[in-house]
Amino acid sequence: MMDIIQNIDWSPLWISLKTGFVATVIAFFTGILAARLVMKLGNKAKWIADGFLTLPLVLPPTVAGFLLLLLFSLRRPFGKFLMVNFDIKIVQTWPGCVIAAAVIAFPLMYRNARAAFEQVDINMIYAGRTLGLSESRIFWKIVMPLAAPGIASGTVLAFARALGEYGATSMLAGNILGKTRTISVAIASETAAGNYDVAGFWVAVIVTVSFLIVVAINMTSQRGMGRVKRWK
Amino acid sequence: MALEVDIKKAFPGFTLDVSFQADKGCMGILGASGCGKSMTLKCIAGIEKPDEGRIVLNGRVLFDSKKRIDLKPQKRNVGYLFQNYALFPNMTVEENIGIGMKLKKEEKKPLTAKQLELFQLQGLEKRYPYELSGGQQQRVALARILSCNPDIIMLDEPFSALDGYLKDTLQLQMQEVLAGYGKDVLFVSHSRDEIFKFCDKMCLISQGKSMQVGDTKEIFSKPGTMEAAKLTGCKNLSAIEKISDYELFAKDWNFRMKTAEKIGDDIRYVGVRGHWLIPSWTDQEENTMAIKEAGYTETPFEKQYLFVNALGEGNSRIWWMINKKDFIDQDGGGLPPYMIFPKEHIMLLR
Repeated sequence: MMDIIQNIDWSPLWISLKTGFVATVIAFFTGILAARLVMKLGNKAKWIADGFLTLPLVLPPTVAGFLLLLLFSLRRPFGKFLMVNFDIKIVQTWPGCVIAAAVIAFPLMYRNARAAFEQVDINMIYAGRTLGLSESRIFWKIVMPLAAPGIASGTVLAFARALGEYGATSMLAGNILGKTRTISVAIASETAAGNYDVAGFWVAVIVTVSFLIVVAINMTSQRGMGRVKRWK
Repeated sequence: MALEVDIKKAFPGFTLDVSFQADKGCMGILGASGCGKSMTLKCIAGIEKPDEGRIVLNGRVLFDSKKRIDLKPQKRNVGYLFQNYALFPNMTVEENIGIGMKLKKEEKKPLTAKQLELFQLQGLEKRYPYELSGGQQQRVALARILSCNPDIIMLDEPFSALDGYLKDTLQLQMQEVLAGYGKDVLFVSHSRDEIFKFCDKMCLISQGKSMQVGDTKEIFSKPGTMEAAKLTGCKNLSAIEKISDYELFAKDWNFRMKTAEKIGDDIRYVGVRGHWLIPSWTDQEENTMAIKEAGYTETPFEKQYLFVNALGEGNSRIWWMINKKDFIDQDGGGLPPYMIFPKEHIMLLR
């Protein structure tokens, strides 16, 4: 055991954490923005838009990976366009890890944010308006604090999902040690190579981190609920 | 003219069609639950948009569908006291009161302190709304509205969330505060007592339509229409046949009665408030009905009898209300054998 820890290349942990963090930041802002935009739509448009935005959550991640690969491949127009004009390469690079993780984590953020916004009492917003507060002040001073528990749990879930992403990441970003090999990719490739103890070590790491995250969600979502009696 | 409202808004199965003018002072809007009172306030505040019409406040056009004017709620300067007060739960009392002031933080302090004192909220500055009683929450909400210095204050069922004991005290307090501010007030309620207490002028709304606008006391004493009589709390109503200019036959009561007022040709109903009926132990000449008891309830200070005309079958029941301290139980039988319908309290209704 000590042997493994001494000889291990820690880069998958740092790449996972870095990917998880950046992907969560992206999912956080796009998720909140998408939630606000979808809420403004009419009913039918809302169902359709919601369907599209939730797809990454219900589809196999490999499907998302395949579609992302289609989009960013250097042999296809958009990928070529990015390469030629901005010298940006997504496939088989770390930004590819981030994009794959962000796409998969996005629906969790979007859905939680929307649910949190929708349960804000509309009279709070009306009251803010009649008191002369600007829409952005209402959003930051009233809506966001009231939606905070839901947004916090959405963020943590999105982070957990981004941290453990495998399917889409392995297809878009591949498995380059020190560049795109995350913990979940490492587990798959070490297992495939028969290195069960190294794979097992990474399993232990990801289980610990994920468990801590779930506990963190429980702590944030219970805040302010101390005095509310609940059904047991 | 303080406030002019003339708006229409269609909903599936319901149309709001309200038109009234409010002068200085307190204007009441009375109507049953779900008749469109709150929707009217929301249209004035700019929270809801009417399909067509015009809203003018102190000469300032807030909404005009023809001229395509539709000011944002932020620009209307209208104070709105929501039914559930809508205090921001994430802010303290102090922050709630200060949020609408367009001032720097240091400048807000003395003004907030003044409001706290005026509304007897000292010591509660740092509390959150859920730590306050219903009455305190209402005062905070009112303080918050008044600190924006609105052109008009709109109260949406301000006392419906409070229990009876608090209600009377708070009503008095609010009357004093509002009088002190000298603001125009629009007071929405389904309670005729509240409207009668607070408002010199009133507007009746029934099923989305404004029925009648005028002096409160006058509308209560001469409602004019059946709906208005019902809304102002008249329980005894009957369809009529006109016999002569000063005599009619109340069909539902099988009863001929004389009136003090001339009966117009458009009069279809008659109404008399239960409190105005006079018990009698002898048959009088005019408007006296021989009666049979048909039900009884009581409130702490009032007896409420239901009776029917003893003559004939299938007559509808009539309410008689009397203060317990005025009640005379002459022969131990509760209800007297006769009831007089005083001429001057008979309401002729369209």
